[in-house]
Amino acid sequence: MPCVKPDGTLEPLAQAIVRALRTPRTAEGVCELLRLPLYRVRSTMRELCEAGLAAEADGVYGLTDSGRSRVEQMP
Amino acid sequence: MDAVTQSASAPSLPRLGMPAPPFQAETTHGTLRLEDFKGSWLILFSHPADFTPVCTTEFIEFAKIAPELRHRGVELLGLSIDSTYSHIAWVRNIEQHFKVTIPFPVMADLNKEVATLYGMIMPGESKTEASRCLFVIDPNQVVRAMIYYPLTTGRNTDEILRLIDALQTTDKHGVATPANWRPGDQVIVPPPRTVEAAAERTEMPGITCTDWYFAKRDLPK
Repeated sequence: MPCVKPDGTLEPLAQAIVRALRTPRTAEGVCELLRLPLYRVRSTMRELCEAGLAAEADGVYGLTDSGRSRVEQMP
Repeated sequence: MDAVTQSASAPSLPRLGMPAPPFQAETTHGTLRLEDFKGSWLILFSHPADFTPVCTTEFIEFAKIAPELRHRGVELLGLSIDSTYSHIAWVRNIEQHFKVTIPFPVMADLNKEVATLYGMIMPGESKTEASRCLFVIDPNQVVRAMIYYPLTTGRNTDEILRLIDALQTTDKHGVATPANWRPGDQVIVPPPRTVEAAAERTEMPGITCTDWYFAKRDLPK
């Protein structure tokens, strides 16, 4: 999973998206906030969901408990 | 096996006006799926190999038009039968030697899965490399244009921009575009389909009507 490095830490883009998801947002909202192409946001958010760090409901993404604790551990 | 069954089981290559074949692949920007590009135009293009001269010139030119494409809502996605590591090394090499950053993802299609799905391998040219194929996929993920160039011949990025402008103009205004059309030129008014409409066409104001089937008009500024 490219957004999670072998040592378990997150790639810089995934870190930025996880931080952005402290407030639940749509993919388009994250895209606008971080000025990233939509395809990169979609693919990274899919991987964050697969990693159990984020979850989607009705097109809105937010952090799971695991995602929130990961954000707290970030420098 | 009858003809119908054969046809149904044969691998289907992309067709104009049909949904683009879905894929998931490793790229220099992570794992991407076709559906990740939904809502944007996408130019999916293949090149024969990393670290080859014609492909290097093409990548530099694609990078140069990337901002203009982005302005038009178009993303680029490259593909070759090379590894992600090779792609990363090559784009870094291009940046080092030509001072050009490659802003778009490049797909590592080592198992030729996507190249086969899109008919990018021309065995008459090479069985191990993709030819220079380019697919324009619209925001609804429908194939709208296809360009095929041989291994020896680099593509013309100016034509690619022109093609995008023409397709987007067609969608926006419901018109066709003539040979060598450029934004600002007159467009083709679709030919009438009935004798009454043909008769009316020659009298219609605001169009340049050469004959009932051949009429042009300006687009609103």
